[in-house]
Amino acid sequence: MSILLTAVVTLGVIGAGSAAILYLIGQKFKVEEDPRIQEVQEALPAANCGGCGFPGCAAFASACVKAETLEGLNCPVGGQPTMDKVAEILGQTAPMTVKKIAVVRCNGTCESRPRTNLYDGVSNCTIAAALYGGNTGCSFGCLGLGDCVESCTFDAIHINPDTMLPEVVEDKCTACGACVKACPKDIIELRKQGPKSRRIYVSCVNEEKGGVARKSCDVACIGCSKCQQACPFEAITIENNLAYIIDDKCRLCRKCVPVCPTNSILELNFPPRKDKSPKEEAVTVDA
Amino acid sequence: MLKTFRIGGIHPKDQKISAGSAIQPIAIPNQVIIPLGQHIGAPCQPVVKKGDTVKVGTLIGKAVGFVSANIHSSVSGTVLKIDRSVDASGYRRDAIFIKVEGDEWEESIDRSPDLKKECTLSSKDILDKIAAAGIVGMGGATFPTHVKLTPPPGLTPEILIINGVECEPWLTSDHRLMLEKTEEIMVGITIVMKALNVDKAIIGIENNKKDAIGKFAEYTKNYPGISIQALKVQYPQGGEKQLIDALTGRQVPSGALPISVGAVVQNVGTILAIYEAVQKNKPLVERVITVTGKDVKQPCNILSRLGIPVAILIDMAGGLPETTGKIVSGGPMMGKALATMDVPVTKGTSGILIIPTLEAKRKAMKDCIRCAKCVSICPMGLNPTLLMNLTEFEVWDGAEKQRITDCIECGSCSYTCPADRPLLDYIRLGKSKVNTIIRARKTNA
Repeated sequence: MSILLTAVVTLGVIGAGSAAILYLIGQKFKVEEDPRIQEVQEALPAANCGGCGFPGCAAFASACVKAETLEGLNCPVGGQPTMDKVAEILGQTAPMTVKKIAVVRCNGTCESRPRTNLYDGVSNCTIAAALYGGNTGCSFGCLGLGDCVESCTFDAIHINPDTMLPEVVEDKCTACGACVKACPKDIIELRKQGPKSRRIYVSCVNEEKGGVARKSCDVACIGCSKCQQACPFEAITIENNLAYIIDDKCRLCRKCVPVCPTNSILELNFPPRKDKSPKEEAVTVDA
Repeated sequence: MLKTFRIGGIHPKDQKISAGSAIQPIAIPNQVIIPLGQHIGAPCQPVVKKGDTVKVGTLIGKAVGFVSANIHSSVSGTVLKIDRSVDASGYRRDAIFIKVEGDEWEESIDRSPDLKKECTLSSKDILDKIAAAGIVGMGGATFPTHVKLTPPPGLTPEILIINGVECEPWLTSDHRLMLEKTEEIMVGITIVMKALNVDKAIIGIENNKKDAIGKFAEYTKNYPGISIQALKVQYPQGGEKQLIDALTGRQVPSGALPISVGAVVQNVGTILAIYEAVQKNKPLVERVITVTGKDVKQPCNILSRLGIPVAILIDMAGGLPETTGKIVSGGPMMGKALATMDVPVTKGTSGILIIPTLEAKRKAMKDCIRCAKCVSICPMGLNPTLLMNLTEFEVWDGAEKQRITDCIECGSCSYTCPADRPLLDYIRLGKSKVNTIIRARKTNA
């Protein structure tokens, strides 16, 4: 009995002593942390995707608390509601952000872009791109090996087995930009999601002259500038034989889409057109 | 016991079926496409424009920056256009298109077959002539030769090493050159020795080329300072660091250049180009290319002008076999598969290898069985399976510590792996990433 008692007492004394030491050390070396960091972090989505440009949500939270204004700080995953909540905690106002979404700027499906050779190496776009231009005549286009799919934390991009091109799932994409960084061909771009998710963009990144581009792909942009002439808002630029629609200037009038001779300008989520109706001029212009 | 390098190495079947075929000239087609970037470093600036007439040897592209090389017209005719053309990697790069008319050479070029032994030029003049002629490493690396022959400050070359190893299976272009241009190569060696101010040169040749070894052994008697060394057949003996180890026993430290152990290595093809440039004023406009493969009707060695499409060379070797699965520019170990046959021949094209479908197809990757074969054969003493994993999981600092940048991309690890793992594909990716990180760190520091 006395052995048991000795053990209990000894351990009790050691325990109490250690607790006292730990408490004192804890007091002495206490790090004052702004309690708001914790609060902000809790308001964030905890996806740790890095889309904000910081390594994880914790780093973003401390950056928000330290910054004087929230200008330039944005959580693309949470979007406006999350940033409003963060602003509320910090007693500031969140700048208005525009919801963006990843857009794949290549439409070279198996039909429109014939395969000229066979790649049987590692299924990795970066490795393939370092080796050669790709298994089609177009050395700018999508390789279809799925680096973007690998990089996505939100399961929001998939390769369509029929077209061998990646497709973005609109509901899931948070515009974190991981796929943009992963793509070795710089095909994916973050663009304004637009009202009712309506978007217009040039789905091609081929910088070759028209003839060469067209030969390698039926739906390549040939840099003919017809869309530029059709655009009433000067939203289209042409550089290196390639048209580009600036989404800040584009007012979604869709005039550029039908004039494209190669159908390389895509419109998404628009209602079907009324065929050649005189009302075309009266298409509402969304800001 | 024949000499060889100490670490690693493999023994692929050498398959040199075109070794007995003498070098034959090519019929020049109607048009050639001369790319402006045929070397490591900055591509050339074109100095001709559409409609200009050029002769063989006319300067058409001028070197830009220190690491760059001039490019000369390989035919006589009219410049059609300067436009992009598909290169060996399937990307489109700037090139000069020339319509061929006759075969007129620049007057300054001495085209007589006579051997010209004496060279009274100074070291600097020799280097200037090499730079003007646009000579690059012809073994395949295409590093500008005049840069390689200019040692960095503080380092002095002691020994010149001549690379006649040709360790890639199938290729025989260097072998034929050594047999047919032996004395020219000997004179070329004396010129480079003079340029470097060294008194010792060793020619290293693998023992599967006994005729070439015998021929050089005769000539070396008349040339003091130059010796010949037969080497045991082992891949990748043609790698600079491996060859230096095999011939001199010196080991180049990690990350250092061969000059740090006093050695300068030059390929026999480069030496011949130097001889022709210095003694005959002939710029680099043609090179010997082996066209070979299992089902090729007439495997041969062709003296081709630069800029001729690969398809024409394949026609000369009896046409494209029906079984073709892959066309490789270079040898089977380090060569690159071509995406199209319209690719023109460049300064670095040492061979065209045609592989049948059955052998060309890569096998599916299986799990690593931890046999460590890749570790034991790596000629740089690296751990390829670890490097592949580090790259796969993007552990760049770990890869840097494991010396991923030392990899010479010889492909021995992928060749030897019983689980068919694409080791080199990943290591190459990791190497380029780590190099980018190191460069960024240097510029930030």
